[in-house]
Amino acid sequence: MKTICLFFQVHQPFRHRRYRFFDIGNDHYYYDDYSNEAIMSRVAAKSYLPANRLILELIEKTGGRFKVAFSLTGTALEQFELYAPEVIGSFRELAKTGSVEFLSETYSHSLSSLKDNETFKEQVARHDELIFGLFGQKPRVFRNTEMIYSDALGDQIAKMGFAAMLTEGARQVLGWKSPNFLYVNAINPRLKVLMRNFKLSDDLAFRFSNTNWSEYPLTAEKFLGWINKLNEKDELVNLFLSYEALGEWQKSENGIFDFLKAFALQADQHKKLQFATPSEVVAQLQPISAVSVPEPVSWADEERDLNPWLGNEMQKEAFNKLYELNGRMLRCNDKELIRDWNYLQASDHFNYMSTKHSSNGNVNRSGNPFDSPYEAFINYMNVLSDFKIRLNSVIPENQIENEIAMLHQIIEEKDARLKKLEADIARLQKPGKFKRPKSK
Amino acid sequence: MKVLMFGWEFPPHISGGLGTACYGLTRGLSELDDVEVTFVVPKAFGDEDQSRMKLIGANQVPVTKTQIQFEESEKQMDYFEVDSLIVPYMNEEEFWKVKSKKLPRKTRFVETDEGNRIEFSGTYGSNLIQEIKNYALVAGIIAEQNNFDLIHAHDWLAYPAGIAAKNISGKPLVVHVHATDFDRSGGSVNPTVYAIERDGMEQADQVITVSNLTRDTVINKYHIDPQKVVTVHNAVEPMSAEGSEIPKKGINEKIVTFLGRITLQKGPEYFIEAAKMVLQKMNNVRFVMAGSGDLQEQMIARVARLGIADRFHFTGFLKANDISYLFHMTDVFVMPSVSEPFGIVPLEAMQFNVPVIISNQSGVSEVLEHAIKIDFWDTHAMADSIYGILNYPSLSEHFKQEGKTEVDGLRWINSAKNVRKVYESVLT
Repeated sequence: MKTICLFFQVHQPFRHRRYRFFDIGNDHYYYDDYSNEAIMSRVAAKSYLPANRLILELIEKTGGRFKVAFSLTGTALEQFELYAPEVIGSFRELAKTGSVEFLSETYSHSLSSLKDNETFKEQVARHDELIFGLFGQKPRVFRNTEMIYSDALGDQIAKMGFAAMLTEGARQVLGWKSPNFLYVNAINPRLKVLMRNFKLSDDLAFRFSNTNWSEYPLTAEKFLGWINKLNEKDELVNLFLSYEALGEWQKSENGIFDFLKAFALQADQHKKLQFATPSEVVAQLQPISAVSVPEPVSWADEERDLNPWLGNEMQKEAFNKLYELNGRMLRCNDKELIRDWNYLQASDHFNYMSTKHSSNGNVNRSGNPFDSPYEAFINYMNVLSDFKIRLNSVIPENQIENEIAMLHQIIEEKDARLKKLEADIARLQKPGKFKRPKSK
Repeated sequence: MKVLMFGWEFPPHISGGLGTACYGLTRGLSELDDVEVTFVVPKAFGDEDQSRMKLIGANQVPVTKTQIQFEESEKQMDYFEVDSLIVPYMNEEEFWKVKSKKLPRKTRFVETDEGNRIEFSGTYGSNLIQEIKNYALVAGIIAEQNNFDLIHAHDWLAYPAGIAAKNISGKPLVVHVHATDFDRSGGSVNPTVYAIERDGMEQADQVITVSNLTRDTVINKYHIDPQKVVTVHNAVEPMSAEGSEIPKKGINEKIVTFLGRITLQKGPEYFIEAAKMVLQKMNNVRFVMAGSGDLQEQMIARVARLGIADRFHFTGFLKANDISYLFHMTDVFVMPSVSEPFGIVPLEAMQFNVPVIISNQSGVSEVLEHAIKIDFWDTHAMADSIYGILNYPSLSEHFKQEGKTEVDGLRWINSAKNVRKVYESVLT
């Protein structure tokens, strides 16, 4: 028996307009409404709506045995509300079937997990609250931005109460091991890890309508044949895709929806195949071993690393300058500032600054609104400068607070030393030999 | 006296200081009663200010029509011989046809439009050398059609045009050196450019340089007879307050500005290093690098690496209105040029009551009294001066007031008078 776990990422960023130096301090609206609306309307019409309709149909036809999972980012949901509210309605209908699971994720599709624990937790909480409000589900499984994962991050996720996490079945991590089993985190075995089968996932996401591909055209029979040909003992096939792959990257006229329909119905008829959501996978399957991921991986490009977002100096500078503000943002109550803070964190902004030459299999590169990474960087820093000025007027960069923070650090260091010394004392006072002086 | 002047750019279609200087000088000359200027550029856009002079675009001059004229006038038959070697054509097919005819070996072919006119981009693009040659070719024709007493050519792009006009008309030639390739290249001189420059200076009857700094270069590096080389300093056109709707300064912080092409010649990296130092000492200041150029990406990367990108802004190339706006916001203007023949921009800044810091390696430092002068490489001195002007109000007040008075005294009419003296010397 093999379990097929289908997952889709749904994300749209709030793209910035050309924000010039002269706008700093004068104009606090940063967004390119026209292109945000145009892109959202197009993708909703070509991808989200027809795909949702089809999935609903398939769930009904299979009597609920066809199952999928989604992670919807907060910024995408906000854009649905603004530009395509019918998409939210169609996701609600999917939620009602009981065959659809909504995963946890960061609100802004942000990289906060790599920087600041508090901001990261805040982002996740904000997202999960929104999901609960809309779909009545409390997410139990976590999916990080762009499948970014490491041992330490997994441990953190376990501590936040999640049962499992999705990530890339990257070659540098798995080596000879197969992604087609359930794994656990190397530090905290309570957290299960689902590894993406990138070969089969990318066949659908990137190669499906490529006529130069040796396997073109890809039929449901052929694809199911590949799944059945996998090792007898393989238990799990994780197909994780961007939702735009259905209808936007792979066009409807090239047959992606027909493929999905045939695939779902045939797999449903197959005796040795079943669909399951990530939570069901965790409940049904036994983990086979721990997987060790000391360095963060992602699902991007060939290298599956962080280079598309934090590869060059500009990206690192923008990233550091943004998260310098996290302490003050956590204390901020201003609604507009919080909104902009969320939008500023979207990983897409950093991706626009990438100087990496890319082969195929790129994340979201097609939507880069800037002619050059340098332009993207200048624009972002101008926006960030204005944002900082506004933040300063609400919560000033206080000298005294800085000093307090420094003193706190000194106290903590001294505490640590005291503890160490106490431990030394305890070790030296071997039990039984001396009587402990009783404190009065 | 009638002057036929050849330039490369003219406001508002400019990419740097050359067009501004040409405009200022021609306006100054137009205020003199006895001088009349016809200004030629490769490409006329039609929206140039022609109130004070006649402007000709080389792209508007038909190439063949003149040949017919030549045929009619017996006197100029000699030149007809020369010019008949130019064969205009419009497309590849026609080119093949005219080429397959039997023609003398030296015949030159030029591509033209329907009106037999040559197209010019008027920019500094990849076909620059070809454009310069075509420009010279048309210059000869213009020299034929117009009446004038002497020729005045601005910078190397227009030297071949000046020489061509001189050869055809036999009138004296004055070349005006606004910059040399030693300034532009930072030492690694392009031999083609150098040859054109030197040829122009040698064929000229008089050479005008914009500063003594440039005069030394012309004498020492181009080996031109010092007798022939005269310095006439640039001036500055009073900025009109038109388009007076200046948006308010949105930032309650000090602003330090660099304005110019982001190239080796302008020393942008020294400005960045100084900015880093100033930012370590004070927080309420922003740095702006306005302009574009081949070093821009490198500079952006440098700023990112230094971790000051939230206080260091790049604006790209700015139009005239935005420049006024920027100067209105600016508290200190810095020109750290490695090699600047003159440098008009600090004068423009001073008109807006902005204190300026300029490098000793600029021609403008020869005429300015009320400016802080430093060596371009001395980033410590630069940082020190920026910090001083920003933090000691009396210092900045002094530079604002004295600087304004000083710059208002630097008028193009004075430069024009000196240029007229040069004209007189070549005509006698």
